[in-house]
Amino acid sequence: MNPSVEPAAAPSIGAPTATAPSTGATLIRFDRAERLVHRSVAILMITCMTTAAIMYNGFLSAPIGHRRFVKLVHVYSGFALPVPIILGLVSAAYRADLRRLNRFSPTDWRWLRSRTRRNGTIRVGKFNAGQKLNSALSGGAIAVLLVSGTIMYFPDLTRLAWRTGSTFVHDWFALALGLLVLGHIRFAVADPGSRRGMSTGTVMAAWAEQHHAAWADESSIDSAPVDPAPLDAAPLDAAPLDSDPGSTVMIDP
Amino acid sequence: MSRGGDDVNADDANAHEDGAPVGRRIVLGVAALGAAGIVTGRTVQDHLARWLAPIQNADPTGLTGLLPLGATFRYYSVTGSVPTKDASDYTLEIGGLVDHPTTLTLADLQQMPQTTLVRDFQCVTGWRVPEVHWTGVRLADLLETAGPTPEAKAISFGSFDGAYTESLTLEQALRSDVLVALQMLGKPVTHDHGGPVRMYVAPMYGYKSTKWLSSIEVTDQVVPGYWETQGNYDVDGWIGESNGRDDEPVG
Repeated sequence: MNPSVEPAAAPSIGAPTATAPSTGATLIRFDRAERLVHRSVAILMITCMTTAAIMYNGFLSAPIGHRRFVKLVHVYSGFALPVPIILGLVSAAYRADLRRLNRFSPTDWRWLRSRTRRNGTIRVGKFNAGQKLNSALSGGAIAVLLVSGTIMYFPDLTRLAWRTGSTFVHDWFALALGLLVLGHIRFAVADPGSRRGMSTGTVMAAWAEQHHAAWADESSIDSAPVDPAPLDAAPLDAAPLDSDPGSTVMIDP
Repeated sequence: MSRGGDDVNADDANAHEDGAPVGRRIVLGVAALGAAGIVTGRTVQDHLARWLAPIQNADPTGLTGLLPLGATFRYYSVTGSVPTKDASDYTLEIGGLVDHPTTLTLADLQQMPQTTLVRDFQCVTGWRVPEVHWTGVRLADLLETAGPTPEAKAISFGSFDGAYTESLTLEQALRSDVLVALQMLGKPVTHDHGGPVRMYVAPMYGYKSTKWLSSIEVTDQVVPGYWETQGNYDVDGWIGESNGRDDEPVG
C-alpha cells in the first residue's frame, strides 16, 4: 500500500510526534520486526494467491501459460511463507501481540454478537475480535495448506489416497483463505488510520481512542512510569506523564 | 466452540487482553479439519464430483467450474500464449517412416470416417472428468493411409504451441480408442482444450493426449515427451498402472 514502507528509523521512544505527518499525539502500535513480518507474509501470500489463480482458472492460464514456472513460483513462495511468521518470534512485541490475539475475553464475544460493534461503545483492546478470528483462521489455514501442499509436491511421501485428499483440501482451504485475505485487505483499504499503523508503526491517539479504546487507555497507563525522553529527542507537544488518559501522548507499552 | 472467559474477571481493567485461549483452539480445530480432509477427502470428493458433474457439464455460465471439485478440466499449457488456428490455417503433418507423407487440412480430417467415444478424461494430477464425448478420426486409420515402413516402431506427436511433444508405441497407436479428436463435449474442440485438433488417448493419462496437434511423425524408437523428460512421468501412461497411481482404468 504505502511504498515507502520503513521510515528511516522506527519512531523512537520518547519522540512520539517526531515522525507524525499531522499534528496530534501518536501511539506506537507495531515494532519494526512486526511490520517486517507483515510485509514479507503479505508479499508471499499475494504471490501464492496470484499464481494459484493463474493455475486454477482457465481464463487466466490460457493467455499466460508457462505452467512449470508458475508452479515453481507458487511452491517456493508457499514454503517460504511460514518463515517470517516463525522468525518474528524473536521480537518481544510480536510475541506479546500473539498472546493478545490468542485470548478471547467476554468483551470479544459481546463485540462479535453486537450489531453496532464498530461505533466505539464496546471498548476493545489492541485487537478486536474480528482481527483475532482472522489471525487464528489464517494461521490454521496456512498450516493446513503447507502440509497438504507438501504432500502434493513430494508424491512419494504418502499413499495415493492422501495425495488426492490433499489436493481436495488444498483447493478448498486456498479458496477460504483467499476470501479471508481479500476481506482483510478490504477492511484495511477502508481504514487509513489502521493502515498507517502497519506502514509506519504508529497510530494517531484519536484513532486508537475511537477503534481500540481499551488499548489506548492501557497504553497511557503502562507508559506513565517509563517515560524520560532520550537525550536526542525532545517531546514536542505533550506531557507524557499527564494523568488524563486518552488525550495525551503514549509510549510503547 | 465454547464461550471464552472462564478464568477471567470481566471487571478487571485489563480484561480485554485476558480470556480463554480461543485463538489457539481455532488454529488446532482448523488443522484437525484439514487433517481429516486429507485422509477422507478422496471419498468426499468422489461423491461431490459424481453428484455435481451433470450440473457442471451442462452449466452454460461455467461458474460451477470454479468450485474446486476436481471434476472439471483444468487448463495446462507449458508455453506462453498459444497461437489460435482454425479451418483456414490448420494443418496436420504426417511424416517420418511412412510410404506416403502427407499434410492434411481440417476439412480433410472432417471428411474421413469419424469415431465417437464417451470416456472419462483422467489427469495424472488427480482430476477426472466423467463421460466426455469425443469424436474424431482413429489414429490407426491415418497410419494405415500413410503406410508405416518396416522400421516403424513408434509415433512422435508435435504441437503448434511450439514446445509440447508426446509419444506412443506403434502398437499403442493402433488401438481403436486412440483418436485424433475434432470434437469434444459435443462441439468442435475449443482452443483452450487444444483445438481445433488434439489427441485423445483414452486408456492413458491426459498428458499423453497432445493438445494443439500439429504433427504425427513415425519413428524407429519411442522419443519421451515433454512431461516425461521435464516431470519424470512414465512414458507408458496407462491409467491406474503408472505414475504410482491406482485410478480406475478408462475403457
